[in-house]
Amino acid sequence: MTGASLALQYLLSGVTKGSVYAAVAIGFNLIYSATGVLNLAQGEFVMLGGMVAVSLAHYVALPVAVTGAVVIVALLGCLLEILFFRGLRRHSVLHLIIITIGLSIVMQEAALHLWDEKVRSLPYFTGNEVSSLHFLGAAISPQVVWVLGTVGATVLALQGFLQFTLPGRAMRACSSNPEAAMLAGINLRNMRTLSFGLSAALGALAGCVISPITMTHYEMGTPLAIKGFAAAILGGLGNPMAAVLGGLLVGVVEAASVSRLPAAYNDVAAFVILLLVLFVRPRGLFGPRQCGTVGEG
Amino acid sequence: MTRILQHLATAGGCGALLALLSVRAFSQLEPVKIGALFAVTGPAAFLGAPEAKTARMVVEQLNAAGGVAGRRLELVLKDTGGSPEKAVSFAKQLIDEDRVLAIIGPSTSGETMQIKALCEENKMILISCAAAEVIVKPVAKYVFKVPQKDSQAVTWIYRTMKDKGIGSIAVLSSNDGFGAAGKKQLEDMAGEAGIKIVADEVYDRQATDLSDIVTKVKSTPGVQAVVNWSIVPAQSIVAKNMRQLGLEVPLFQSHGFANPKYLQQAGLAAEGTLFPAGRLMIVDDLPDDHPQKRVLAAYKRDYEAAYHEGVSTFGGHAYDALMIVAEGLRRAGGPDRDKVRDAIENLKGFVGTDGIFNYSATDHTGLDLDAFEMLIVKQGKFTSYKKQ
Amino acid sequence: MPRMNRIRCALPAALFALAATGVQLAMRATGTDYCLTQLTMALYYALVALGLCLVMGYAGQVSLGHGAFFALGGYTSAILTTHDLSWLGPGGAVPWLKAAGLLAARQDLYGNRLLTVSPWAAFLAAMLLGAAVACLIGYPALRLRGHYLALATLAFGVIVNKLLLASSLAGAADGINGVPEWRLLAGLTVCGKGPARASNYYLACGLVLLTLLALRNLVHSRVGRALQAIRDGETSAAALGIDTARYKLKAFVLSALLAAMAGVFFTHYTGGIGPSEAGALKSVRYVALVAAGGLANLWGVALMSTALNYASLRGWFGTYDNAVFGALLILLVSLAPQGPLTPLGGWLRRLARRAGWKPQPRARLAGTAAAQSGADPAPHLRIEGRPGHGAA
Repeated sequence: MTGASLALQYLLSGVTKGSVYAAVAIGFNLIYSATGVLNLAQGEFVMLGGMVAVSLAHYVALPVAVTGAVVIVALLGCLLEILFFRGLRRHSVLHLIIITIGLSIVMQEAALHLWDEKVRSLPYFTGNEVSSLHFLGAAISPQVVWVLGTVGATVLALQGFLQFTLPGRAMRACSSNPEAAMLAGINLRNMRTLSFGLSAALGALAGCVISPITMTHYEMGTPLAIKGFAAAILGGLGNPMAAVLGGLLVGVVEAASVSRLPAAYNDVAAFVILLLVLFVRPRGLFGPRQCGTVGEG
Repeated sequence: MTRILQHLATAGGCGALLALLSVRAFSQLEPVKIGALFAVTGPAAFLGAPEAKTARMVVEQLNAAGGVAGRRLELVLKDTGGSPEKAVSFAKQLIDEDRVLAIIGPSTSGETMQIKALCEENKMILISCAAAEVIVKPVAKYVFKVPQKDSQAVTWIYRTMKDKGIGSIAVLSSNDGFGAAGKKQLEDMAGEAGIKIVADEVYDRQATDLSDIVTKVKSTPGVQAVVNWSIVPAQSIVAKNMRQLGLEVPLFQSHGFANPKYLQQAGLAAEGTLFPAGRLMIVDDLPDDHPQKRVLAAYKRDYEAAYHEGVSTFGGHAYDALMIVAEGLRRAGGPDRDKVRDAIENLKGFVGTDGIFNYSATDHTGLDLDAFEMLIVKQGKFTSYKKQ
Repeated sequence: MPRMNRIRCALPAALFALAATGVQLAMRATGTDYCLTQLTMALYYALVALGLCLVMGYAGQVSLGHGAFFALGGYTSAILTTHDLSWLGPGGAVPWLKAAGLLAARQDLYGNRLLTVSPWAAFLAAMLLGAAVACLIGYPALRLRGHYLALATLAFGVIVNKLLLASSLAGAADGINGVPEWRLLAGLTVCGKGPARASNYYLACGLVLLTLLALRNLVHSRVGRALQAIRDGETSAAALGIDTARYKLKAFVLSALLAAMAGVFFTHYTGGIGPSEAGALKSVRYVALVAAGGLANLWGVALMSTALNYASLRGWFGTYDNAVFGALLILLVSLAPQGPLTPLGGWLRRLARRAGWKPQPRARLAGTAAAQSGADPAPHLRIEGRPGHGAA
């Protein structure tokens, strides 16, 4: 392979991984923006989306299975919010984050007992396990294009939703000034439920579209949540596009480290870079000012 | 007053019932307890879950057939979740509290090594379902293992490579115990076998995509074959990435590939994959007079009927471990641990799913190269690989 | 201090000692001595939770990577006490080091002669390493706030975990085993053998009790109040002249030392350690235990941590271990955010009042339940010599 096509191939594999992380990071970002809570169970929504879709795909066509999975997981997200977060008033944000940790553990175990420990996956949306797209001497699976396309479409749809629709604007109002939003008559609690549901839906969609690449199994949620969390923070909380860029960056850093160092250290490299970025620029690369150092509660 | 009488009557009735029950219990021989430590949940669930299911099924079957040496068996199963501190804690429970006759498991080498010294000191028979050489080398009197040796799998792989004229390879392995053990054997035995390892990479077992590592292999000159040592999902991901990126060299997998489901997941990318495996996967192709045929066919039939899922070679480890303990118990005539241990150590020609066991005082593995066969994926099916 | 307060201060410690002894004697009487094993292991885990309680509950800093310090301590002592140094040969500095107690010769299970670092020296090395790493990570990380700090500590934990998995010196995925016993004093050896069970149990109890008392004194001192000031509002604390960076770092390093110490004792007790101790799941478990105990409630954390880990190590939860853990976490944090001891204490007090006991006006012990409810913040300043409390 020529040097240029080799570099391109590494870049493409970085983008492959990064697109997976970006898909997870968007959901993190959404809930954080709307409620200030870091939903560490986001990875489990991704896992559940894939699991439900695989089960449905035995009975119905693939697009129907994916849609069904997204709807079911979205409803689950709303349900979880109503059950566990609505009634909590005197709990600090830290408590809420810890509850999401508990939820992620419970959801993972529930998935283990509802399905089993085996690995499964959806069929490739186009092509199969060996098909690939070639350009300039490098290859990539068509499914990655699907992931990137879905991520891009999601970001656009999300921006559109937040800017141009009433519920979207209400959600933005809640995140920037909750008291004023309440005074304006916006039902904060419903907004929170909506944001959970939406984030769960996004996670489930991500889970379906990455399933042929990463395979779906009950344990996949936690490492995805960690990487997605890292991607969201690296990009800067509060901005969906930043989350996507953060995800892609983490993926590319991992691929770059594989090209130079033993592959065993690629996670280490990614997290070291992350730490360095945080120490130098605590609000992330594209995050809003006033986040990250003293000044935030 | 009537209230008090009522209470007295109830108490008296309960007491009588208890007395009656305990008399009945004492008049039967106590069941023989066998402890089992499996990683039913957690990162090693692909090992522990089928092992636990198999163990339960086998104990039920043995009891239905009248028990062993005239006594019922009782399985005390503990889920370690793959964590070493739980393995230690539960092993101590099985030894001190439940006072079991023998312990089968644990599922992983790491856990086994944590409790090896403990079992040896307490003279507790341990039949491990993990494959690391260190479990039986140096030999501890009370510690045995049932899986085939990783070195035997590697020998088969290297032999096949020599047949195909392959001289330099890339080794990919996952960072869990399974992958690390395989990597070590591959590296240790390469020199003798005349194979040169030109690329040697370890990846995270939960990696979502491995195309960057495949790229690195592709950019390394002189790679004639790739050996991948991991379990799902990584083993399917490697196969797919290799074909997607156009790395067309032969792919050798570990014996962890021996499951039709894994074949399904790798799909077209698995075509032509070579791997060593116990004969459970090709039991239907075995001739009827093959010594293992009866045991393998029966195990496959019973497991699939009981659990409605494909049989797994890992589950077979638990089958062998339990059957070996049962055989030892039968020959010793009763649950005397030292006698059972001696009986196990002297087992010869014992037919299991992993192979035919011949234990001795210096060999607590019991299996030789013949326990494995080289398989290849042809047209989406496992078939025996015949040297061309 | 008035006598009533002195008794109140000594009461929990006395109760703890009494309960600990009582449990052991009850186990001896019923012949269930073996339960002491799991109890001892749970007590060592409780040490980590207590350190984390200081950092999270009192200093208000989230750490999602504390398992890494436990692992650092445990692995350091495990590697040093199992790595054979016989290649150094019999001459040179070796006999001198042996005499100084830094190296020790022993036989392993199979009769091989080994020359390794002695457990005491390994312990010191583990403490030093823990403190150094904590300073290295803590200095930049503690300048971050909230979610960013959480991620930084999580990243640190992941890095340590992956490094351990990649290192063949640390045994990679299989971890280290064959760690020898550690002779503390004549008659007190940290090891897992049956006859030493009771002495190891009391050792663990003693360590936990000492830690509780030391932390409690710290919390009630000026340092403790500074930490709580930082927790409740870092800007205002800085404005009051508190060196927030220094205090946060001190708390972090102290908690790291506690975790490392727990790691060393635990490793010698069980005879081995695995890389899962540094994993995200374990670190999250510690956070969960602290939250379940009440975040700023030292006794609650010690109790919940010991109880839950004991249940898990006994296998009470079977294959549902993680699920039960997660469910308990959700329930406890939603229903009793100040920890279960607070509503329990309130309930007991109501009972006592109904039975006719008239309580003294309670001297406000800063840092207990009230702080968490947010309704009644602990005073940042305390003005001496005036009736009632001085408010900020």
